[in-house]
Amino acid sequence: MRHRFVALAGLPAIAILLLWTAFSAVAQPAKTHGVRRMPDGHPDLQGTYDVATLTPLERPSGSKLVLTKEEAAKLETGAALRRAQGDQALKGDRPAPPKGGDGSVGAAGNVGGYNSGWLDPGSTYNVVDGEKRAGMIIDPQDGRVPALTPEAAQRARTARARPQSDASESNDPGLDKTPGAYDDPERRPLGERCLLGFGSTSGPPALPNYFYNNLHQIVQTPDAVMILTEMVHDARIVRMNAEHLPKTIRQWMGDSVGHWEGDTLVVDTTNFTGKTRFRGATADMHVIERFTRVDDRTLLYRFTIDDPATWTKPWTGEYTWPATDEHIYEYACHEGNYALKDILKGARLRDKEAAAAAKAAK
Amino acid sequence: MWVSIQNLMKVVFAAVLLAAAAMALAGQTATYRAPRADGGKPDLNGIWQALNEANYDLEGHNARPAMALRPGPYGPVPAAPVLALGAVGSVPPSLGVVEGGEIPYKPEALIKKKENQENWLSRDPEIKCYLPGVPRATYIPQPFRIFQNASQIFITYQYAGAARNIFLKDPGPAPVDSWMGQSFGHWEGETLVVDVTGFNDQSWFDRAGNFHSDALHVVERYTRISPDVISYEATIEDPQVFTRPWKISMPLYRRQEKGAAILDFKCVEFVEELMYGQWRKKPLDK
Repeated sequence: MRHRFVALAGLPAIAILLLWTAFSAVAQPAKTHGVRRMPDGHPDLQGTYDVATLTPLERPSGSKLVLTKEEAAKLETGAALRRAQGDQALKGDRPAPPKGGDGSVGAAGNVGGYNSGWLDPGSTYNVVDGEKRAGMIIDPQDGRVPALTPEAAQRARTARARPQSDASESNDPGLDKTPGAYDDPERRPLGERCLLGFGSTSGPPALPNYFYNNLHQIVQTPDAVMILTEMVHDARIVRMNAEHLPKTIRQWMGDSVGHWEGDTLVVDTTNFTGKTRFRGATADMHVIERFTRVDDRTLLYRFTIDDPATWTKPWTGEYTWPATDEHIYEYACHEGNYALKDILKGARLRDKEAAAAAKAAK
Repeated sequence: MWVSIQNLMKVVFAAVLLAAAAMALAGQTATYRAPRADGGKPDLNGIWQALNEANYDLEGHNARPAMALRPGPYGPVPAAPVLALGAVGSVPPSLGVVEGGEIPYKPEALIKKKENQENWLSRDPEIKCYLPGVPRATYIPQPFRIFQNASQIFITYQYAGAARNIFLKDPGPAPVDSWMGQSFGHWEGETLVVDVTGFNDQSWFDRAGNFHSDALHVVERYTRISPDVISYEATIEDPQVFTRPWKISMPLYRRQEKGAAILDFKCVEFVEELMYGQWRKKPLDK
């Protein structure tokens, strides 16, 4: 009797499975069948991902989205060569850099900060659909962030030397070029203050920082998805099928709510503060992210950004997140942040020296 | 239709026996069986918070005028830097959460604890918004969220945005010391047991100067005892500071208000004036 039950029950089950497979193939982009799933049936997006890559957000003007194999090989070889040069040990008996810096373009300013042995900026171009990408932006088609609105351009001129979440680690043009940049801690970059990682690493949109510590971890439950960004131990909680927080509640990484569209996790983020200013955006920036598992080791991450007060139209980028077997370790940034105090203290010393020189000149 | 009544009874009986055996193994009093999470373990998912005075002082204590005190003509009064806070800066009383009442300090360590307490303003890592360590993260008076499924357990704390992965496969010895330590969890019946090692010596247990060395080893036990309560215990071992392991215990309550959420508490920003204010180009008036 039991055997018969199995046999009878088996037929409809196989039929349903076939139908479901056929339906999935039609309703969803290819490759989503066969991915591992959570008990609730949604794809399992969990894992630890290393998003370090050479692919920039914007590709060079006039270039194509996809790199040929030859182009990619040439660019990656060039990057490896520069890295090998940067890995050379620094000479212990080298003299101090000249006043104003030695012009080196390495990390942490032009007086020679880290050599590249400390860094992990990525060594290859990001692969989407089996092809290497020259840039992330797919809309607009020229691969460039759309033009700023006149009001945003005006803001950019007046709000000089204020932090932006996308600023790179070494984005520090120097005292003379950015008046007031060293006057107060609030004017220092967010990464330097240990408020968020630099280069919009936590986002959203979560971007590679082209420097180090590009790891994310995703933990997924039916009620909420947690996206941890290694730097600075920032856990963004995506509440599933929930309403946004009241507009009065503002958060550094915004307020994220999620839902599933087929096999894609769609995350909608609003309620930013006016303090991240991603590429000059306002607190009303709206980010929609789409996470899709494309194979056992890879997620596709797509992001659309809209802020009518900043850009003339919305724009969309995408890149893949490859899984890593590395563990994420604690990035206790603020706890060891001697640099911020010393940077401000150094600026005060310069103020004092300048005042003394002015007095002597009289 | 396909299952006879006798077979059904057999299945039910076997299930009852299994459940009873599981509870006996877990040493439970068979009064509460938590709903299961993915993976079949008790479901700890949710937003939880301690409701006690442990973050002021783990040990039992009377109410005090302030965390920072100075001698007054008739007994201690609030020290000058906290005087303006008035009753807001005072310390609520507690029977304590330490099993046996007292933390078993070695004599030299007890001297350091008292020095810590006297220098609370300059020494308590909470004042500088440093990561809370374990177990302080649990009872610092802000909510935390547990994410749990068959393969992952992760805790995010509202305080300082502290985050903590609980490995469920042996990660090996902690490769580097850290504020939050390295957590390795396993289930003993109904209880999640988390073994935490790899600490640095920087975090404190409370605002009363209770401290540890980098030899700290914490074993936490999370057991759901009702729909909205977790029983929490932490055994604390540190042979450099204490004469024997000691234990704290407390209930953790589910945050039940509609839409309860972990919100931003990036206190790093809030301590910039304290830590760097004197290095502004134009320092603010004192």
